[in-house]
Amino acid sequence: MGLSTVDPVALFEDVRKEYPMGENTVIALDGLDLRIGRGEYWAIMGTSGSGKSTLLNILGCLDRPSSGRLTLAGRDVAALDDDELSELRNEAIGFVFQSFNLIPQLTVLENIEVPFLYRRTAPVDARKKAIDLLDRVGLASRMKHRPTELSGGQQQRVAIARALLNDPALLLADEATGNLDSTTARDILNLIDELHAEGKTIVLVTHDRAVGERADRILNLKDGRVAGIEEMRQSAAGSARR
Amino acid sequence: MTVAIGPTFRLGVRGLLQHKLRAALTMLGVLFGVSSVVAMLAIGEGASWEAQEQIRQLGSTNILIQSIKPAEDKRATGQNQRVTIYGLTDEDLDRIQETVPDLRETVPVRELRYEVRYGKRMVRPRILGTLPNYFDVTGRRLDEGRLLCDDDHIDASNVCVMTSDIAKILFPFETSIGKIIKIGAEAFRVVGTIQPKTVNIGPAAAAKDVEGEVFVALRTVRRWFGSVTAKLRPGVREFELVELHQIVAQINDVENVEASAKAIREVVSRYHTDAKKDYEVVVPLELLQRARETKRIFNIVLGSIAGISLLVGGIGIMNVMLATVTERTREIGIRRALGAKRKHIILQFLVETVVLSACGGVLGVGLGIAIPGAVEKLANIKTIVTPAFPILAFGISVAVGIIFGIYPAWRAAMMDPVEALRHE
Repeated sequence: MGLSTVDPVALFEDVRKEYPMGENTVIALDGLDLRIGRGEYWAIMGTSGSGKSTLLNILGCLDRPSSGRLTLAGRDVAALDDDELSELRNEAIGFVFQSFNLIPQLTVLENIEVPFLYRRTAPVDARKKAIDLLDRVGLASRMKHRPTELSGGQQQRVAIARALLNDPALLLADEATGNLDSTTARDILNLIDELHAEGKTIVLVTHDRAVGERADRILNLKDGRVAGIEEMRQSAAGSARR
Repeated sequence: MTVAIGPTFRLGVRGLLQHKLRAALTMLGVLFGVSSVVAMLAIGEGASWEAQEQIRQLGSTNILIQSIKPAEDKRATGQNQRVTIYGLTDEDLDRIQETVPDLRETVPVRELRYEVRYGKRMVRPRILGTLPNYFDVTGRRLDEGRLLCDDDHIDASNVCVMTSDIAKILFPFETSIGKIIKIGAEAFRVVGTIQPKTVNIGPAAAAKDVEGEVFVALRTVRRWFGSVTAKLRPGVREFELVELHQIVAQINDVENVEASAKAIREVVSRYHTDAKKDYEVVVPLELLQRARETKRIFNIVLGSIAGISLLVGGIGIMNVMLATVTERTREIGIRRALGAKRKHIILQFLVETVVLSACGGVLGVGLGIAIPGAVEKLANIKTIVTPAFPILAFGISVAVGIIFGIYPAWRAAMMDPVEALRHE
């Protein structure tokens, strides 16, 4: 009960999202209520078309709800204009994508530094911070390389380092292991576990049950509604939250 | 806008380097546009400088009446001895002085060709027999010594004034003043030097280099050299009788030049009734007006070329940037997800476009400076490149980049981040 008094990282209140599709309207999210607390580790699962991607886009401030209310890091997303949404993405959210999404013409180090480019004030020790993060994911020796010169697992590590650059309130991973072999995928998931253990709030979208089970909770989506929430590792999650 | 221009600029350059050939071809349009802007300005400036210089040297209030040798009659070539009489006479001078209104001064000139020697050194300048007021009327400036004076004319004294360029040839290591030179077979004392002409006009204008001139009083010329010049060719002896080669008429006011020129043409034509014209009237003011008209046409032609190539170049740039934006849709999505605002995306692509067009601009300025040089050599047209032209032309290339880069950059910025991220 004590947890609910703490401000949540994200709070969905009756969030709907509709898309016009020809003459019809597709309802992607149908009155979603969800509370993601600080330090929690969520997995969002569901079949394709269940609204996973839409939920992730709205949670990542890439898209806005059609109606309802989303409060993210203490701010009402509906009230923000495009520039303010960009700022919120920059400061509060770290994205990890299925296809890594590194910029091919930049070096590894430059890729990690991209979020600094769009900050109102970059920290004085920007470069040192980027290098520390690269060291943290074990790729400090590759900082001058191009993304194409790295393996998939290495690229995803770079992407995670980039996502952590601005100390985001929320780390969003969209099928982060979908393009990786099982050994590499395990390494990446271990890294995410470590970050969770350090207190990061993580939301992971996956269709792989085994991946989902590493989270504290699994949110099952069906037809844009919450079909059920499974508590996975009560004790582990509790200890992480302390 | 708190955006680091440095990284944005480096990024733009790198974006272009990814497609070197494409960037190079895209630059060509701007390159040609900018170079024709520079060339146009340089040629225009040269023309206006030349016209002003002509006016300065000939005087805008002066009218030149010159003798020209009529075309030879082919049927007469059988004779082995001929005398050709043509050109202006002393009577023409008198009639002009009597009838033309608003006249301030007139100067007759008789021109000869003789070798001028000092010791072993020799030159072949134009020998001009004239009156002392010649220098004042034509605005020639003294370099050293003195000009011809009235006494030189009255006494028909053997003194001369020469242009400093031939003085340097005849007297490379010493002063020319007071030295005795030989014009033909006669001895003359050098009393002064004047600055050489830098532009030529009239029949001699076609000659590329202006030759030196030696000035002698008109009476002195008549006394020693007469009015007949002889030309010897194998089998033919040819004599020419020309009293005066040129009359310079100075009018009291620029306003009256046109009317006076008309009066002069009338009075001279009445006594030169031959079918073959043996004189011409040159009005520097008319030359200036003609030069202005030529320059205007030149500017219209070159300006159109510049405008069209800049337009085509700009469209080419826009086309390439639209393709680039589509190609990099995913990158745009990534940057937006990482917090780039629309203005950041606009700036990124705008900088890339401006770098592209500015590179074309720099190369175009280089070519544009080379063109006037080539034009000056090949077409013998005076050109002047002032520092402002390259700066202006470069500014135009940057402006082209901004104008034609706005739309592609705006397209990039308005993309939906979700759609952009999904783009393959």
